[in-house]
Amino acid sequence: MRQSFPRSLQTIVITLVAFGLVALALGGYFSSLSNSISQSVVGAQTWISSRYLAVVDFLTVPRDVASMRQRNTELEAEVARLQTQVIELQQQVTETQILSALVDFARANPENTYKAATVIGRDPSPFLRYVIINIGSNDGIRRGMPVVTDQGLVGRVDAVTANASRLQLITDPASAVNVILQNARTEALLVGSITGDLSLDMISQDVTVQLGDVVLTSGLGGGYPPNLLVGQVVSVRKLDYELFQQAAIQPLVDYNQLQFVMVITNFKPVDIAPLIPTQAP
Amino acid sequence: MAILIAIPTLLIALMLQSAVISRINLLSGSADLVLLILAAWALQGRIKNAWQWALIAGALVGFVSGLPWFVPLAGYLLVVGVARLLQRHVWQAPLLAMFTVSFVGTLFMHLLSLITLRLAGNPLPFGDSLSLITLPSILLNLFLAIPVYSLLRDLAGWLYPLEVEA
Repeated sequence: MRQSFPRSLQTIVITLVAFGLVALALGGYFSSLSNSISQSVVGAQTWISSRYLAVVDFLTVPRDVASMRQRNTELEAEVARLQTQVIELQQQVTETQILSALVDFARANPENTYKAATVIGRDPSPFLRYVIINIGSNDGIRRGMPVVTDQGLVGRVDAVTANASRLQLITDPASAVNVILQNARTEALLVGSITGDLSLDMISQDVTVQLGDVVLTSGLGGGYPPNLLVGQVVSVRKLDYELFQQAAIQPLVDYNQLQFVMVITNFKPVDIAPLIPTQAP
Repeated sequence: MAILIAIPTLLIALMLQSAVISRINLLSGSADLVLLILAAWALQGRIKNAWQWALIAGALVGFVSGLPWFVPLAGYLLVVGVARLLQRHVWQAPLLAMFTVSFVGTLFMHLLSLITLRLAGNPLPFGDSLSLITLPSILLNLFLAIPVYSLLRDLAGWLYPLEVEA
Protein backbone atom coordinates (compact mmCIF):
# COMPACT_ATOMS: atom_id res chain seq x y z
CA MET A 1 0.00 0.00 0.00
CA ARG A 2 2.85 2.28 0.92
CA GLN A 3 4.65 1.40 -2.25
CA SER A 4 1.56 1.78 -4.49
CA PHE A 5 0.72 5.29 -3.39
CA PRO A 6 3.93 6.91 -4.53
CA ARG A 7 3.47 5.06 -7.82
CA SER A 8 0.01 6.45 -8.22
CA LEU A 9 1.31 9.86 -7.27
CA GLN A 10 4.10 9.46 -9.75
CA THR A 11 1.64 8.52 -12.48
CA ILE A 12 -0.57 11.46 -11.67
CA VAL A 13 2.37 13.87 -11.68
CA ILE A 14 3.61 12.53 -15.01
CA THR A 15 0.15 12.78 -16.50
CA LEU A 16 -0.24 16.34 -15.24
CA VAL A 17 3.16 17.28 -16.59
CA ALA A 18 2.28 15.70 -19.91
CA PHE A 19 -1.01 17.53 -20.08
CA GLY A 20 0.78 20.67 -19.06
CA LEU A 21 3.34 20.27 -21.82
CA VAL A 22 0.61 19.52 -24.36
CA ALA A 23 -1.32 22.54 -23.19
CA LEU A 24 1.78 24.71 -23.45
CA ALA A 25 2.53 23.31 -26.90
CA LEU A 26 -1.01 23.91 -28.05
CA GLY A 27 -0.73 27.38 -26.61
CA GLY A 28 2.26 28.05 -28.90
CA TYR A 29 4.82 28.42 -26.17
CA PHE A 30 7.13 25.80 -27.74
CA SER A 31 6.93 26.97 -31.38
CA SER A 32 10.33 28.66 -31.51
CA LEU A 33 11.92 25.70 -29.82
CA SER A 34 10.22 23.15 -32.12
CA ASN A 35 11.11 25.21 -35.20
CA SER A 36 14.77 25.30 -34.33
CA ILE A 37 14.76 21.59 -33.55
CA SER A 38 12.91 20.65 -36.74
CA GLN A 39 15.19 22.83 -38.87
CA SER A 40 18.20 21.14 -37.39
CA VAL A 41 16.67 17.73 -37.93
CA VAL A 42 15.61 18.49 -41.51
CA GLY A 43 19.02 19.95 -42.30
CA ALA A 44 20.77 16.97 -40.85
CA GLN A 45 18.49 14.56 -42.73
CA THR A 46 19.00 16.44 -45.98
CA TRP A 47 22.74 16.21 -45.58
CA ILE A 48 22.58 12.53 -44.74
CA SER A 49 20.25 11.83 -47.64
CA SER A 50 22.39 13.73 -50.16
CA ARG A 51 25.53 12.00 -49.00
CA TYR A 52 23.79 8.65 -49.21
CA LEU A 53 22.61 9.33 -52.74
CA ALA A 54 26.08 10.51 -53.72
CA VAL A 55 27.54 7.29 -52.40
CA VAL A 56 24.88 5.25 -54.21
CA ASP A 57 25.55 7.16 -57.45
CA PHE A 58 29.24 6.60 -57.08
CA LEU A 59 28.73 2.90 -56.60
CA THR A 60 26.14 2.41 -59.38
CA VAL A 61 27.25 4.84 -62.15
CA PRO A 62 29.56 2.45 -64.04
CA ARG A 63 26.80 -0.09 -64.40
CA ASP A 64 24.35 2.62 -65.50
CA VAL A 65 26.73 3.93 -68.20
CA ALA A 66 27.03 0.48 -69.64
CA SER A 67 23.28 -0.03 -69.59
CA MET A 68 22.73 3.46 -70.99
CA ARG A 69 25.13 2.78 -73.81
CA GLN A 70 23.32 -0.43 -74.59
CA ARG A 71 20.01 1.37 -74.44
CA ASN A 72 21.36 4.14 -76.64
CA THR A 73 22.47 1.61 -79.21
CA GLU A 74 19.05 0.01 -79.13
CA LEU A 75 17.36 3.37 -79.54
CA GLU A 76 19.65 4.37 -82.38
CA ALA A 77 18.82 1.12 -84.14
CA GLU A 78 15.15 1.82 -83.52
CA VAL A 79 15.48 5.34 -84.92
CA ALA A 80 17.27 4.02 -88.00
CA ARG A 81 14.56 1.40 -88.48
CA LEU A 82 11.82 4.01 -88.11
CA GLN A 83 13.58 6.39 -90.49
CA THR A 84 13.78 3.63 -93.06
CA GLN A 85 10.12 2.92 -92.48
CA VAL A 86 9.26 6.60 -92.90
CA ILE A 87 11.18 6.75 -96.19
CA GLU A 88 9.46 3.59 -97.41
CA LEU A 89 6.07 4.96 -96.42
CA GLN A 90 6.78 8.29 -98.10
CA GLN A 91 7.76 6.41 -101.24
CA GLN A 92 4.59 4.36 -101.01
CA VAL A 93 2.54 7.55 -100.60
CA THR A 94 4.17 9.04 -103.68
CA GLU A 95 3.57 5.85 -105.65
CA THR A 96 -0.01 5.70 -104.44
CA GLN A 97 -0.60 9.29 -105.51
CA ILE A 98 0.80 8.58 -108.96
CA LEU A 99 -1.19 5.36 -109.30
CA SER A 100 -4.31 7.12 -108.06
CA ALA A 101 -3.86 9.77 -110.73
CA LEU A 102 -3.41 7.03 -113.33
CA VAL A 103 -6.59 5.30 -112.15
CA ASP A 104 -8.45 8.61 -112.32
CA PHE A 105 -7.17 9.11 -115.84
CA ALA A 106 -8.27 5.61 -116.84
CA ARG A 107 -11.74 6.22 -115.36
CA ALA A 108 -12.02 9.53 -117.17
CA ASN A 109 -11.16 7.87 -120.47
CA PRO A 110 -13.22 4.67 -120.46
CA GLU A 111 -12.98 4.24 -124.22
CA ASN A 112 -9.49 2.79 -123.80
CA THR A 113 -8.24 -0.16 -121.82
CA TYR A 114 -4.98 0.29 -119.98
CA LYS A 115 -2.21 -1.81 -118.55
CA ALA A 116 -0.12 -0.12 -115.88
CA ALA A 117 3.63 -0.66 -115.87
CA THR A 118 6.70 0.45 -113.96
CA VAL A 119 9.68 2.01 -115.70
CA ILE A 120 12.68 -0.14 -114.79
CA GLY A 121 15.42 1.26 -116.95
CA ARG A 122 16.63 3.39 -119.80
CA ASP A 123 18.38 2.58 -123.02
CA PRO A 124 22.14 2.21 -122.47
CA SER A 125 22.82 4.42 -125.49
CA PRO A 126 22.57 8.17 -124.80
CA PHE A 127 21.60 8.73 -128.43
CA LEU A 128 18.25 7.09 -127.91
CA ARG A 129 15.41 8.11 -125.63
CA TYR A 130 13.92 4.76 -124.88
CA VAL A 131 12.77 3.33 -121.56
CA ILE A 132 12.17 -0.23 -120.45
CA ILE A 133 8.98 -1.27 -118.63
CA ASN A 134 8.22 -4.39 -116.64
CA ILE A 135 5.38 -5.86 -118.71
CA GLY A 136 5.59 -7.67 -122.01
CA SER A 137 3.81 -10.03 -124.35
CA ASN A 138 2.67 -12.21 -121.42
CA ASP A 139 0.55 -9.22 -120.35
CA GLY A 140 -0.86 -8.65 -123.81
CA ILE A 141 1.56 -5.92 -124.85
CA ARG A 142 2.22 -5.63 -128.57
CA ARG A 143 4.56 -3.53 -130.65
CA GLY A 144 3.19 -0.12 -131.57
CA MET A 145 0.79 0.27 -128.65
CA PRO A 146 0.63 3.86 -127.37
CA VAL A 147 1.80 4.66 -123.85
CA VAL A 148 0.46 7.47 -121.67
CA THR A 149 0.43 8.81 -118.14
CA ASP A 150 -2.29 10.84 -116.50
CA GLN A 151 -0.45 13.93 -117.77
CA GLY A 152 -0.32 12.98 -121.40
CA LEU A 153 1.36 11.04 -124.16
CA VAL A 154 4.62 9.25 -123.38
CA GLY A 155 5.45 7.26 -126.51
CA ARG A 156 4.83 3.85 -127.97
CA VAL A 157 6.01 0.30 -127.58
CA ASP A 158 9.04 -0.34 -129.77
CA ALA A 159 10.02 -3.90 -128.84
CA VAL A 160 8.48 -6.60 -126.68
CA THR A 161 9.81 -9.63 -124.83
CA ALA A 162 7.81 -11.98 -122.64
CA ASN A 163 8.14 -9.94 -119.47
CA ALA A 164 9.47 -6.54 -120.54
CA SER A 165 9.02 -3.98 -123.27
CA ARG A 166 11.02 -1.12 -124.68
CA LEU A 167 9.25 2.19 -125.29
CA GLN A 168 10.27 4.91 -127.68
CA LEU A 169 9.55 8.22 -125.99
CA ILE A 170 8.13 11.04 -128.07
CA THR A 171 11.26 13.01 -127.12
CA ASP A 172 13.44 10.58 -129.09
CA PRO A 173 15.06 12.28 -132.10
CA ALA A 174 13.55 9.68 -134.43
CA SER A 175 10.04 10.10 -133.04
CA ALA A 176 7.41 11.89 -135.13
CA VAL A 177 3.80 12.28 -133.99
CA ASN A 178 0.97 13.85 -135.92
CA VAL A 179 -0.68 16.41 -133.69
CA ILE A 180 -3.28 19.12 -133.81
CA LEU A 181 -3.22 22.54 -132.18
CA GLN A 182 -6.46 22.79 -130.27
CA ASN A 183 -7.16 26.50 -130.69
CA ALA A 184 -5.58 27.05 -134.07
CA ARG A 185 -7.28 23.90 -135.40
CA THR A 186 -4.30 23.09 -137.55
CA GLU A 187 -2.21 19.99 -137.89
CA ALA A 188 1.51 19.75 -137.30
CA LEU A 189 4.29 17.27 -136.76
CA LEU A 190 5.72 16.81 -133.28
CA VAL A 191 9.38 15.80 -133.28
CA GLY A 192 11.88 15.04 -130.54
CA SER A 193 15.52 15.97 -130.27
CA ILE A 194 18.76 14.79 -128.71
CA THR A 195 18.27 17.22 -125.84
CA GLY A 196 14.81 15.82 -125.09
CA ASP A 197 13.04 19.00 -126.18
CA LEU A 198 9.86 18.77 -128.22
CA SER A 199 9.09 20.97 -131.18
CA LEU A 200 6.35 21.33 -133.73
CA ASP A 201 7.17 21.41 -137.41
CA MET A 202 5.17 21.64 -140.63
CA ILE A 203 2.83 24.36 -139.32
CA SER A 204 1.41 26.30 -142.21
CA GLN A 205 2.54 29.92 -142.49
CA ASP A 206 -1.11 31.06 -142.75
CA VAL A 207 -1.98 29.87 -139.26
CA THR A 208 -1.69 32.10 -136.20
CA VAL A 209 -0.20 30.06 -133.41
CA GLN A 210 -0.71 31.45 -129.93
CA LEU A 211 1.43 30.81 -126.89
CA GLY A 212 -0.24 28.38 -124.52
CA ASP A 213 -2.12 26.62 -127.28
CA VAL A 214 -2.72 23.01 -126.31
CA VAL A 215 -1.25 20.25 -128.47
CA LEU A 216 -3.19 17.00 -128.89
CA THR A 217 -2.58 13.93 -131.01
CA SER A 218 -4.54 14.06 -134.26
CA GLY A 219 -4.74 10.34 -134.92
CA LEU A 220 -3.50 10.92 -138.44
CA GLY A 221 -1.27 8.16 -139.73
CA GLY A 222 -2.76 5.59 -137.40
CA GLY A 223 0.19 5.51 -135.02
CA TYR A 224 -1.60 7.06 -132.05
CA PRO A 225 -5.22 7.48 -131.02
CA PRO A 226 -6.59 11.01 -131.35
CA ASN A 227 -6.96 13.60 -128.60
CA LEU A 228 -4.16 12.50 -126.32
CA LEU A 229 -2.66 15.48 -124.53
CA VAL A 230 0.94 16.29 -125.39
CA GLY A 231 1.79 19.77 -124.12
CA GLN A 232 1.54 23.49 -124.71
CA VAL A 233 3.16 25.91 -127.13
CA VAL A 234 5.80 28.01 -125.37
CA SER A 235 7.39 29.80 -128.32
CA VAL A 236 6.82 30.22 -132.03
CA ARG A 237 9.38 30.76 -134.78
CA LYS A 238 7.92 32.24 -137.93
CA LEU A 239 10.28 33.31 -140.70
CA ASP A 240 8.95 34.67 -143.96
CA TYR A 241 11.45 32.84 -146.14
CA GLU A 242 10.63 29.41 -144.68
CA LEU A 243 7.85 27.16 -145.89
CA PHE A 244 6.55 26.30 -142.43
CA GLN A 245 6.42 27.74 -138.93
CA GLN A 246 7.98 25.98 -136.00
CA ALA A 247 7.04 26.01 -132.34
CA ALA A 248 8.63 24.80 -129.12
CA ILE A 249 6.44 22.61 -126.92
CA GLN A 250 6.47 22.31 -123.16
CA PRO A 251 5.42 18.73 -122.42
CA LEU A 252 3.27 18.05 -119.38
CA VAL A 253 5.06 14.78 -118.68
CA ASP A 254 8.49 14.91 -117.04
CA TYR A 255 10.23 12.32 -119.19
CA ASN A 256 13.31 12.24 -116.96
CA GLN A 257 11.27 11.23 -113.90
CA LEU A 258 8.97 8.61 -115.39
CA GLN A 259 8.02 5.97 -112.83
CA PHE A 260 4.70 4.56 -113.92
CA VAL A 261 3.06 4.50 -117.32
CA MET A 262 -0.06 3.00 -118.87
CA VAL A 263 -0.10 1.10 -122.12
CA ILE A 264 -3.29 1.47 -124.16
CA THR A 265 -3.90 -2.14 -125.03
CA ASN A 266 -7.03 -1.85 -127.16
CA PHE A 267 -5.44 0.39 -129.78
CA LYS A 268 -4.08 -1.31 -132.86
CA PRO A 269 -1.70 0.91 -134.79
CA VAL A 270 -2.13 1.03 -138.54
CA ASP A 271 0.93 0.33 -140.61
CA ILE A 272 0.71 2.73 -143.52
CA ALA A 273 4.18 1.97 -144.84
CA PRO A 274 2.88 -0.12 -147.78
CA LEU A 275 0.65 2.78 -148.80
CA ILE A 276 3.51 5.27 -149.05
CA PRO A 277 4.55 5.53 -152.68
CA THR A 278 8.12 4.58 -153.44
CA GLN A 279 10.28 5.93 -156.21
CA ALA A 280 10.21 3.86 -159.37
CA PRO A 281 13.57 2.38 -160.33
CA MET B 1 35.99 -19.95 -114.40
CA ALA B 2 36.75 -16.49 -115.79
CA ILE B 3 34.38 -16.90 -118.71
CA LEU B 4 31.71 -18.17 -116.33
CA ILE B 5 32.00 -15.03 -114.27
CA ALA B 6 31.73 -12.85 -117.38
CA ILE B 7 27.99 -13.37 -117.79
CA PRO B 8 26.89 -12.38 -114.26
CA THR B 9 29.42 -9.55 -114.14
CA LEU B 10 28.32 -8.07 -117.43
CA LEU B 11 24.66 -8.71 -116.66
CA ILE B 12 24.92 -6.82 -113.37
CA ALA B 13 26.85 -4.07 -115.15
CA LEU B 14 24.14 -3.82 -117.78
CA MET B 15 21.39 -3.68 -115.14
CA LEU B 16 23.28 -0.94 -113.31
CA GLN B 17 23.84 0.86 -116.59
CA SER B 18 20.17 0.74 -117.54
CA ALA B 19 18.67 1.42 -114.11
CA VAL B 20 21.16 3.89 -112.64
CA ILE B 21 24.01 5.12 -114.83
CA SER B 22 21.78 6.04 -117.78
CA ARG B 23 19.75 8.26 -115.46
CA ILE B 24 22.81 10.23 -114.34
CA ASN B 25 23.26 12.66 -117.17
CA LEU B 26 25.72 15.40 -117.91
CA LEU B 27 23.96 17.50 -120.53
CA SER B 28 22.61 14.61 -122.61
CA GLY B 29 25.55 12.28 -122.16
CA SER B 30 25.96 9.38 -119.76
CA ALA B 31 28.73 7.00 -118.80
CA ASP B 32 29.08 3.54 -120.33
CA LEU B 33 29.82 1.11 -117.52
CA VAL B 34 29.99 -1.93 -119.78
CA LEU B 35 32.57 -0.25 -122.00
CA LEU B 36 34.69 0.66 -118.98
CA ILE B 37 34.51 -2.87 -117.61
CA LEU B 38 35.61 -4.31 -120.92
CA ALA B 39 38.45 -1.80 -121.21
CA ALA B 40 39.65 -2.45 -117.67
CA TRP B 41 39.41 -6.22 -118.10
CA ALA B 42 41.28 -6.22 -121.40
CA LEU B 43 44.06 -4.15 -119.85
CA GLN B 44 44.79 -6.84 -117.27
CA GLY B 45 47.87 -8.60 -118.60
CA ARG B 46 47.11 -12.05 -117.26
CA ILE B 47 43.66 -12.55 -118.69
CA LYS B 48 43.12 -14.28 -122.01
CA ASN B 49 39.38 -14.12 -122.59
CA ALA B 50 38.72 -10.43 -123.16
CA TRP B 51 37.36 -11.10 -126.64
CA GLN B 52 34.76 -13.46 -125.25
CA TRP B 53 33.77 -10.79 -122.73
CA ALA B 54 33.34 -8.32 -125.59
CA LEU B 55 31.14 -10.76 -127.50
CA ILE B 56 28.95 -11.40 -124.45
CA ALA B 57 28.70 -7.68 -123.66
CA GLY B 58 27.88 -6.83 -127.27
CA ALA B 59 25.17 -9.46 -127.38
CA LEU B 60 23.63 -8.33 -124.09
CA VAL B 61 23.65 -4.61 -124.90
CA GLY B 62 22.51 -5.28 -128.46
CA PHE B 63 19.53 -7.17 -127.08
CA VAL B 64 18.51 -4.44 -124.61
CA SER B 65 19.32 -1.31 -126.58
CA GLY B 66 17.37 0.23 -129.41
CA LEU B 67 20.60 0.50 -131.39
CA PRO B 68 21.14 -2.02 -134.20
CA TRP B 69 22.63 -5.15 -132.61
CA PHE B 70 25.94 -4.94 -134.43
CA VAL B 71 26.79 -1.45 -133.14
CA PRO B 72 27.54 -2.39 -129.52
CA LEU B 73 29.11 -5.64 -130.69
CA ALA B 74 31.51 -3.92 -133.08
CA GLY B 75 32.14 -1.09 -130.64
CA TYR B 76 33.03 -3.34 -127.74
CA LEU B 77 35.24 -5.57 -129.89
CA LEU B 78 37.14 -2.49 -130.98
CA VAL B 79 37.47 -1.29 -127.38
CA VAL B 80 39.00 -4.63 -126.43
CA GLY B 81 41.27 -4.48 -129.48
CA VAL B 82 42.56 -1.04 -128.54
CA ALA B 83 43.00 -2.11 -124.94
CA ARG B 84 44.98 -5.24 -125.83
CA LEU B 85 47.14 -3.21 -128.17
CA LEU B 86 47.88 -0.62 -125.53
CA GLN B 87 48.39 -3.26 -122.89
CA ARG B 88 51.24 -4.70 -124.93
CA HIS B 89 52.87 -1.34 -125.64
CA VAL B 90 52.29 0.80 -122.56
CA TRP B 91 51.85 -1.93 -119.99
CA GLN B 92 53.89 -0.01 -117.43
CA ALA B 93 51.29 2.75 -117.22
CA PRO B 94 47.97 0.94 -116.85
CA LEU B 95 46.02 3.99 -115.70
CA LEU B 96 47.21 6.01 -118.66
CA ALA B 97 46.19 3.13 -120.89
CA MET B 98 42.78 2.98 -119.16
CA PHE B 99 42.19 6.67 -119.77
CA THR B 100 43.26 6.33 -123.38
CA VAL B 101 41.03 3.33 -124.02
CA SER B 102 38.08 5.04 -122.31
CA PHE B 103 38.55 8.13 -124.45
CA VAL B 104 39.12 6.37 -127.76
CA GLY B 105 36.53 3.68 -127.07
CA THR B 106 33.79 6.16 -126.18
CA LEU B 107 34.61 8.29 -129.18
CA PHE B 108 34.53 5.34 -131.54
CA MET B 109 31.39 3.86 -130.00
CA HIS B 110 29.54 7.15 -130.35
CA LEU B 111 30.75 7.75 -133.88
CA LEU B 112 29.60 4.27 -134.86
CA SER B 113 26.21 4.84 -133.19
CA LEU B 114 25.83 8.25 -134.78
CA ILE B 115 26.70 7.08 -138.29
CA THR B 116 24.47 4.02 -138.03
CA LEU B 117 21.51 5.99 -136.72
CA ARG B 118 21.92 8.66 -139.36
CA LEU B 119 22.04 6.00 -142.06
CA ALA B 120 18.86 4.55 -140.58
CA GLY B 121 17.15 7.91 -141.05
CA ASN B 122 17.48 9.31 -137.55
CA PRO B 123 18.00 13.07 -137.89
CA LEU B 124 20.85 13.45 -135.40
CA PRO B 125 22.86 16.64 -135.89
CA PHE B 126 26.57 15.87 -135.83
CA GLY B 127 27.74 18.99 -133.99
CA ASP B 128 25.08 18.85 -131.29
CA SER B 129 25.64 15.13 -130.82
CA LEU B 130 29.33 15.72 -130.30
CA SER B 131 28.93 18.62 -127.87
CA LEU B 132 25.85 17.44 -125.96
CA ILE B 133 26.34 13.68 -125.87
CA THR B 134 29.82 12.51 -126.80
CA LEU B 135 32.02 14.98 -124.92
CA PRO B 136 30.00 14.78 -121.66
CA SER B 137 29.98 10.99 -121.97
CA ILE B 138 33.75 10.94 -122.37
CA LEU B 139 34.12 13.10 -119.27
CA LEU B 140 31.85 10.81 -117.23
CA ASN B 141 33.69 7.73 -118.48
CA LEU B 142 37.02 9.26 -117.48
CA PHE B 143 35.61 9.93 -114.01
CA LEU B 144 34.56 6.30 -113.64
CA ALA B 145 37.67 4.86 -115.25
CA ILE B 146 39.85 4.62 -112.13
CA PRO B 147 37.31 2.96 -109.78
CA VAL B 148 36.26 0.49 -112.46
CA TYR B 149 39.90 -0.31 -113.24
CA SER B 150 40.60 -0.94 -109.53
CA LEU B 151 37.64 -3.28 -109.22
CA LEU B 152 38.53 -5.24 -112.33
CA ARG B 153 42.19 -5.47 -111.31
CA ASP B 154 41.09 -7.03 -108.02
CA LEU B 155 38.77 -9.41 -109.88
CA ALA B 156 41.57 -10.42 -112.25
CA GLY B 157 43.91 -10.92 -109.28
CA TRP B 158 41.34 -13.19 -107.68
CA LEU B 159 40.70 -15.22 -110.82
CA TYR B 160 44.29 -15.32 -112.04
CA PRO B 161 46.55 -15.30 -108.98
CA LEU B 162 50.23 -14.67 -109.64
CA GLU B 163 52.30 -17.84 -109.60
CA VAL B 164 55.13 -17.70 -107.09
CA GLU B 165 58.33 -19.23 -108.40
CA ALA B 166 60.07 -21.62 -106.04
